[in-house]
Amino acid sequence: MMRTGVGFLCMLRTESLTKSYLSGGRELRVLHGITFDLDPGGFLAIVGPSGSGKSTLLALLAGLDQPTSGRVVLGGTDLGPLSEDDRARLRSERVGFVFQAFNLIPTLTARENVQVPLELRGEDPGNRAQALLSRVGLDGRGHHYPAQLSGGEQQRVALARAFVHRPKLLFADEPTGNLDAVTGARVIELLTELNEEQGTTLVLVTHDPELASRAHRVIRLRDGVVVEDKQR
Amino acid sequence: MKSLRFVLLMAAREGRASLARLSLLLAAVAVGVAALVAVNSFTDNLLESVRGQARALLGADLAVSSGAPFTPRTLEILRDLELAVGPAGEVSVARVTSFAAMTYAPKGGATRLVQVAAVQPGYPFYGHIETQPALAWDRLGDGGIVADPSLLSAIGAELGDTLTLGEARFTLTGVVTNLPGDVAVRAAFGPRAYIAAGRLDETKLLVVGSRARYEAFLRLPASADAQRLAERFRVPLSAERVTLRTVEDDQARLTESLGRLGRYLGLVALVALLLGGLGVASAVHVFVKRKLDTIAILRCLGASGRKVMAVYLVQSAALGVLGSLLGALLGVAVQLLLPRLLRELLPVDVVIAPSWRAIALGVALGVWTTLAFALLPLLAVRRVSPLAVLRRDYEATPAPRDRGRIAAAILLGISIVALAVLQAGRLGTGLGFAGGIGLALFVLWLGALALVRGVRRFLPRRLPYLLRQGLANLYRPANQTVSVVLALGFGAFLLGNVLLMQHNLLRELRDGDGGDRPNVAFFDIQPDQREVVAATLRKLGAQPGQPVPIVPMRIESVKGVKARERLAAPGDAAAVRERWALRREYRSSYRDHVTSSERVVAGAFWKPGDGRGASATPPQVSLDSGVARELGVGVGDEIVWDVQGLSVASRVTSLREVDWQRFEPNFFAIFPEGPLAEAPQSFVVLSRIEGATQRGHVQRRLAESLPNVTSLDLSQIQQAIENLLQRVGLAIRFMASFSLATGAVVLLGAVGASRYQRVREGVLLRALGATRAQVRRVLFAEYAALGLLSALLASGLAVLAGWALTRFVFEQGFAVPVLPLATLAASVVGLTLLIGFWGGADVYRRTPADVLRAE
Repeated sequence: MMRTGVGFLCMLRTESLTKSYLSGGRELRVLHGITFDLDPGGFLAIVGPSGSGKSTLLALLAGLDQPTSGRVVLGGTDLGPLSEDDRARLRSERVGFVFQAFNLIPTLTARENVQVPLELRGEDPGNRAQALLSRVGLDGRGHHYPAQLSGGEQQRVALARAFVHRPKLLFADEPTGNLDAVTGARVIELLTELNEEQGTTLVLVTHDPELASRAHRVIRLRDGVVVEDKQR
Repeated sequence: MKSLRFVLLMAAREGRASLARLSLLLAAVAVGVAALVAVNSFTDNLLESVRGQARALLGADLAVSSGAPFTPRTLEILRDLELAVGPAGEVSVARVTSFAAMTYAPKGGATRLVQVAAVQPGYPFYGHIETQPALAWDRLGDGGIVADPSLLSAIGAELGDTLTLGEARFTLTGVVTNLPGDVAVRAAFGPRAYIAAGRLDETKLLVVGSRARYEAFLRLPASADAQRLAERFRVPLSAERVTLRTVEDDQARLTESLGRLGRYLGLVALVALLLGGLGVASAVHVFVKRKLDTIAILRCLGASGRKVMAVYLVQSAALGVLGSLLGALLGVAVQLLLPRLLRELLPVDVVIAPSWRAIALGVALGVWTTLAFALLPLLAVRRVSPLAVLRRDYEATPAPRDRGRIAAAILLGISIVALAVLQAGRLGTGLGFAGGIGLALFVLWLGALALVRGVRRFLPRRLPYLLRQGLANLYRPANQTVSVVLALGFGAFLLGNVLLMQHNLLRELRDGDGGDRPNVAFFDIQPDQREVVAATLRKLGAQPGQPVPIVPMRIESVKGVKARERLAAPGDAAAVRERWALRREYRSSYRDHVTSSERVVAGAFWKPGDGRGASATPPQVSLDSGVARELGVGVGDEIVWDVQGLSVASRVTSLREVDWQRFEPNFFAIFPEGPLAEAPQSFVVLSRIEGATQRGHVQRRLAESLPNVTSLDLSQIQQAIENLLQRVGLAIRFMASFSLATGAVVLLGAVGASRYQRVREGVLLRALGATRAQVRRVLFAEYAALGLLSALLASGLAVLAGWALTRFVFEQGFAVPVLPLATLAASVVGLTLLIGFWGGADVYRRTPADVLRAE
């Protein structure tokens, strides 16, 4: 069932989103007219098999890429007319990320990695970074470099970084994909706890049914089309 | 302000790791700055020393000099000058008469041409002529002779021995150990010997028409303004064919010529810095590639492209500052070596001290170069898409026309030109230099591109696999063929060019020594001594050449205008100096043929016999084309000469271009046989005598029988000039070697950058069963090709540039010194292989499992 929300209540809205790539001289359409709204504070899981267009959709939602047609409205701002740098500013203000490959900056310590979003906004990191590192259970590891941390620890640093600037919206791309089951479960626990504590809207891309089952809403993609949109 | 904080913070944090990665950038900048600081600091020291020692160099506040004894009118003007200063006695005057003569040591029987200076007490008023024993100079008035140590060794004399000059006998009372303004090369024309002016007449060496320089040195009271006096008396003295110099004149002249030397060496040093810039560009390029992930993450977290670029620009600038400071330190150390290389060419004792101006300039230029060269590759940062975070293989598509790139390229071009103009001190030279660099780099770039394309396209499949694998590395992604060929090739080109120039200039000189060219000259032979000289030479087994007459004369009028009038025309120091052709003493000759070292460029040379008979008035004269230009005369114009008081009118009928570098009797003015037959004259006889001992023996025998005849061993002069050129060449090569060093640093950087990939490939090959030797062959093929191409392009460019320079600037024949050039080329290839193998050393050291585990 599709729901239409009122603009100011809506955290994220897409309208007839399509994306095509040129591949070997032929146009390859990855997404076909995706339309949905997401309310603030929600937890959306986007699922589907490999190649269904999940990651492409995530990139469009976060303003990392531009759609071929249609539009994305993030927290009331239409991303369409924004330049690359404007979208970057918007991300630094409203969006957090967690990636499958952690994507920490290898040359910065854990703590410095966590501070980046605050410093990008010109805010004094104060004790916030340290507090979040404690929150994810990495007290005392702040001065370590990513290479000195295990995969699970790295992902927890990434979680701290994603929440440090209190984003309205958090995108997670297969956050447990590179972790073993136990570590993955711990990361998911933290993710959902922080989500609830901070009232963040969470958009999660995964093909892990277990993970998807925790979401309030699941959108299933296949071949670039929404085949299921289930609310719980 | 907020974003600046972020940029600085990020740059500082992220830079901790960059330092190691970009250490080669540091080295490249450091080498270039070192070269620049060394040369500029040295030049500053040199000029500072000139300022400090100018008075000692002249030995007086003011000096006048003439090629003939002072005329009564000259003495009158000098008296006026003294009166203009103040009451009698305020001005001290010391006269010095210098000329060349043979000295003879009766004890050992040896002779030697010496440059005699007969000095009056008081000279020099400033600066010290240091002697051994120390008091020898002050006691010159007692009648002894003080000489250069080289004279003592040449004739085997020691202190206390008797030496003769002409008909006078002197006791050797001391040797000169240090002379202000001494240039080692000058001593080649004969060691110096000093006697008291009071004993000059006893030698009976100076007769009417003798070649000598008559000088008066003046010490003025502190209240006198030497420059104002010079302005007032320069022109009247010039009319008497007397030149006047002040300390300031000398200083300006020295500053000009030494400054030029400094600027030239500075340009060579600048090349090293520009190549360092190339190193920076290539290091930053590789660095950005490695940082793609970090850049993408920052972009994803919301940093704008410009902000991220600023982070890396700040890092580059910081490293540029660090590299430049290191380079400045190194440069100060290198600077200590330069005086050793150049000492014999310099008229002043250089006081070495780090020049803060040069250091500041070097650091500023280093940082500027770093930024200008780093900007272009850093612009790529802006185009990194945050999408790369999600897709590893995502490659930014370059915008077809990036305005930033065009602006950066223009900035880079302007920077290079500005640096060249700044260092050259002249717009034209700087532009030409930048253009030359641009052209050379363009050719190297084309060559490198052709190699990359050619290998990709035409690499024969039949080639052995290992060779193919190595050569393919030249065009594979992230190859650095172009930057390596540019940097290495340019360094080698510069060195090759210096090598070529030196070879060709020396070759021209040595040619003079080939076969049966004369190697000894006898001067001042009186007409009645011609037979004695010829007979003596024959008796000693030497073939005397035809005596060449020399008639001293000066110009009385040109095209009806009196020389005196033109010389007396008002003008400043430069204008007065310009009139040298009118003022000078001419030593002309007469003959009816053109020699091999000259060719007629205008008019027609007379035929034998034209100088005699009724049609021979006024006599014809053939002028050197350069002097004709100075005098403003052409074919058909009239010149009246003053031949020892007798006016001789002449008509210019031809102009000759003379090759003055050949050791042959060449003349500004030549007359036909006949008109000057009765003029007062002396003769020069040339001869070829094999062996230095035999030459010395013949010179001695002639000096014994004809003390007024001076002889000159031309091979010694040639040797001295050769030494001089070798010295200059060495200094230039020394500076040029910095460029090769930067080239090596760039190569090192390139090898380091691709090292990880190479090691992986090598290890994979080994895992698949390749032996170490086989892997080594892959590396060999790649680096041999790189080295060979750089060496070949550099040699080709050097030969081309060398040919153009010798042909059009030095107007000489050109030959390629095959062996030295081949050695240089081989060294470049060797260097490339050495660095290449160093980079690949890991492949052999580590086992395949080691590396694969580390993946």
